[in-house]
Amino acid sequence: MSADQTPARTTATGEDAPALLVRRAALLGGEATDLLLEGGRVARTAPGGSLEAPAGARVVEAEGLVALPGLVDLHTHLREPGREDAETVLTGSRAAAMGGFTAVHAMANTDPVADTAGVVEQVWRLGREIGLVDVRPVGAVTVGLAGERLAELGAMATSAARVRVFSDDGRCVADPVLMRRALEYVRSVDGVVAQHAQDPRLTEGAQMHEGVVSSVLGLRGWPAVAEEAVIARDVLLADHVGSRLHVCHVSTAGSVEIIRWAKARGVDVTAEVTPHHLLLTDELVRGYDPVYKVNPPLRTRADVEALRAAVADGTVDVVATDHAPHPVEDKDCEWAAAAMGMTGLETALSVVQEALVETGLLGWADVARVLSSAPARIGRVADHGRPLAEGEPAHLVLLDPSARREVVPEQHATQGRNSPFRGLELPGRVVATVLRGRPVVLDGALVGDDGGSR
Amino acid sequence: MKHLLSAADLDREGALALLDVAEQMAATQAREIKKLPTLRGRTVVNLFFEDSTRTRISFEAAAKRLSADVITFSAKGSSVSKGESLKDTALTLQAMGADAVVLRHSASGAAHRLAHAGWSRVGVLNAGDGTHEHPTQALLDAFTLRRRLRERSGGDLGGALDGARVAVVGDVLHSRVARSNVLLLRTLGADVTLVAPPTLLPVGVETWPCRTSWDLDAVLPEVDAVMVLRVQRERMGGGGFFPSAQEYARRFGLDGRRLRLLPEHALVMHPGPMNRGLEISAEAADSPRSTIVEQVSNGVAVRMAALYLLLAGEDAA
Repeated sequence: MSADQTPARTTATGEDAPALLVRRAALLGGEATDLLLEGGRVARTAPGGSLEAPAGARVVEAEGLVALPGLVDLHTHLREPGREDAETVLTGSRAAAMGGFTAVHAMANTDPVADTAGVVEQVWRLGREIGLVDVRPVGAVTVGLAGERLAELGAMATSAARVRVFSDDGRCVADPVLMRRALEYVRSVDGVVAQHAQDPRLTEGAQMHEGVVSSVLGLRGWPAVAEEAVIARDVLLADHVGSRLHVCHVSTAGSVEIIRWAKARGVDVTAEVTPHHLLLTDELVRGYDPVYKVNPPLRTRADVEALRAAVADGTVDVVATDHAPHPVEDKDCEWAAAAMGMTGLETALSVVQEALVETGLLGWADVARVLSSAPARIGRVADHGRPLAEGEPAHLVLLDPSARREVVPEQHATQGRNSPFRGLELPGRVVATVLRGRPVVLDGALVGDDGGSR
Repeated sequence: MKHLLSAADLDREGALALLDVAEQMAATQAREIKKLPTLRGRTVVNLFFEDSTRTRISFEAAAKRLSADVITFSAKGSSVSKGESLKDTALTLQAMGADAVVLRHSASGAAHRLAHAGWSRVGVLNAGDGTHEHPTQALLDAFTLRRRLRERSGGDLGGALDGARVAVVGDVLHSRVARSNVLLLRTLGADVTLVAPPTLLPVGVETWPCRTSWDLDAVLPEVDAVMVLRVQRERMGGGGFFPSAQEYARRFGLDGRRLRLLPEHALVMHPGPMNRGLEISAEAADSPRSTIVEQVSNGVAVRMAALYLLLAGEDAA
């Protein structure tokens, strides 16, 4: 069944959304602007304070708030089906909305793996019924993420979920022939292979970045070259077969150099970086707290600086969360036994503000690019990542850039408590998130709290 | 001293104080009645998630000679596949009123977690954590070195190991003994040179407070002691860290010929258990300059001192 044949739900179109007037929001951090949202679209924009609210319209006073198009996460782990003890589509959707996201790409490493049309449609439908955020399932590249044979990429692409991003994330498509075939094959569905670049042999049993700190801590190293070698191979493959390649969670200065070189050469490659790789370093591992255990691992200060510069100059296109919630017991143990991953949906915008905006590297228009328009374009999410202009879809986030708040994971909507930013004071606060003209977050809280009924 | 997790926890003054207490402990061990009442009524738990008969017995003897109650818990097999066991065991020990835990674990950082994860308030003594550290081994090595070198200099070497030259030879990459020794020996003023094939030196070793070399023959004539590390046979072949046992022995084994390259006074040390014929030949292991058996008996005195400072140190100081 295609999306077009699905009985139209009012929540899916937003056509019946009551009018909403956002008053005096700083559009992309610029001039104060009034935005009238009607029928799921931006009906009018006008200088701040100049629009009258139509009868029955809700008014949001947004003076001092920055308006950005709704954020799009290219890399989220929602864990459902299979690990509902870690996260569900519902709790993940809540977290996404609270973080200012209006669309998320749900990674395929669930149980069962999202490697068939059935599983991706199930996840897509769950997201749709919950209606807090558009859930875009990512399809597995290979059956069961086993790296042996291609999954039915075409069936997933033509399913109701309309999958465009394919990834074995969590594992690398290490076999060069298989990677080549995947890159070639997705061209026919306008898809992209999102590679988790990690040479498996170079990282057997790897626990943290290999370098000065790992040598002292006696933890087995995850060398930068294990990421860089795969990226180098993949950009050459993508060039050879004329395909689109996306590189997940780039974490090293060397990877940045290779991607910069590939882009200069004209390779159709895009790349993402996570918020944690923009802020944190392997020095944090010295206390052996597994909340800092993540894959790829936290790297050095020099890598962090190179990644920030790469976002600033466009070498890295996107900031994507790699939101990876885990149950408490999977982190409350010794380092080697702990799971890899960190939550990120509800802190991403603040970390971007801290690492990129307050450092002068990005303006708010750039933030809209790296957190909304670029990921929407890469993921082929047609009605997201659009400018906040008349006639465009009414997905937006209002944030208060002057707020500062301490990160308290217990206050997060995600089930995961494994935020590496715990205790940090970060700038910025999401005040409202609007999906198709309907506020799903207002005054920094979810609208209603039943999640499933809107 | 609240915990002893790493040799880096000890500054020069603290390390010397511990070695001096160990000397006093050693003196009591020469008596007919070896037992001291110092830790009567205190409970020491030996928590061994990894096999190590020598270290376990050494800690047991140390605690018993201080009159502590000793509970030994060997949980081999229930180790790191699921981490709850360490936390739950910690909660259990706390509930049972343990005053100190001696922890051996296959995961690097396990002792650090036990001490700092908020699971319990018990003092933790690291008896070897993965490929991280083994501080009491380094202390007993330093103790042994200090004694021997002091004897040679007529008892007037000062308290530390200033200027002593020590080579540590072998599988540094996987060695908790090497990590602790580099830190402690440096704290005590010694010059350390690590000697190993490049595959068995960690990336990042260039930032350690020591020198490195790939040429054992060149290093040996310059040292006061050579410390030979155990090489695990599983590191070759599939591990691929070196081509064969024979080649390792030829290039890095301490054999009779190399023994004669050492200065006359230099010591031969090994933390045990030895692979005779691989990293050390029988001639070297059994030579008069070998301190290997002495290291074992010194281990008890050093561990008595560590337990004493951990449990009674506050009152004593």
